[in-house]
Amino acid sequence: MMEILEYIGYGLVLIGGVFLFLGALGIYRMPDIYTRLQAGTKASTLGAMSTILGVGLIQPEWFFKVLIIVIFMGLANPLSSHALARSTYRMGVTPYLKNGVDAYKKAFKKQIKKFTS
Amino acid sequence: MNIIFIIVFSLMAIGSILSMIRFIKGPRSADRAVALDTLSITITSALVLLALIFERYIYIDVALVYAVLGFIGIIVIARYIEGAL
Repeated sequence: MMEILEYIGYGLVLIGGVFLFLGALGIYRMPDIYTRLQAGTKASTLGAMSTILGVGLIQPEWFFKVLIIVIFMGLANPLSSHALARSTYRMGVTPYLKNGVDAYKKAFKKQIKKFTS
Repeated sequence: MNIIFIIVFSLMAIGSILSMIRFIKGPRSADRAVALDTLSITITSALVLLALIFERYIYIDVALVYAVLGFIGIIVIARYIEGAL
C-alpha cells in the first residue's frame, strides 16, 4: 500500500517539474504582459502544488506541513497575479489586441468617472 | 528513483534561466515583476524537493517562509507600480 503511494508521489513530482518548465517557457515566449501573466502564474501554480503534494506522498510524516504550503499557494498565487494585472492596467498598458476584446475598458472608465465626480 | 530527481531539477534549472532572461530583458517593470513571481514559485518547490533529498525536516519551514515573503513582496511591487504607494 505504501509503495503505491510512493509511486504516485514520484509521478506527481515529475508532472510538477514539466509544468514548472512550461510556465517559464510561457514567460519567455509570450508577446504581451497579460499573456505572460496568464501562462506564468497558472502553469507555475499547478506545477508547484503538484510537486509539493508529491513530496508529501513520498514522505507521509510530513504530509500536514506540506498541505499548509499547498493551501497557502492556492490562496496566494491567484491573488498576486490579480493584483499585478490590475496595477498593470492602471499603469496604462493596453492589451495585445489581435483577435480579442478589451472588456475592462468600459468598467474602468465608469470607475474613473465615479471617483472624480 | 534518482533519475526522476535529475530530470526534475534540470527542468527547473532551464525554467529558472528562462525567467532570469525575461527578468533582464523585460521592456517594462511589470514584466520583471511577473518573471520574479515565477522564479520565486520555482525556488519554493525546489526547496521542498531538497528537503526530501537531504532528509532535513527544517527546510520545509524555510520554504514556507520564502513563499510568504515572496507573496508580500509581489503585493508591494504591484501597489508601487499602480502608483498608490
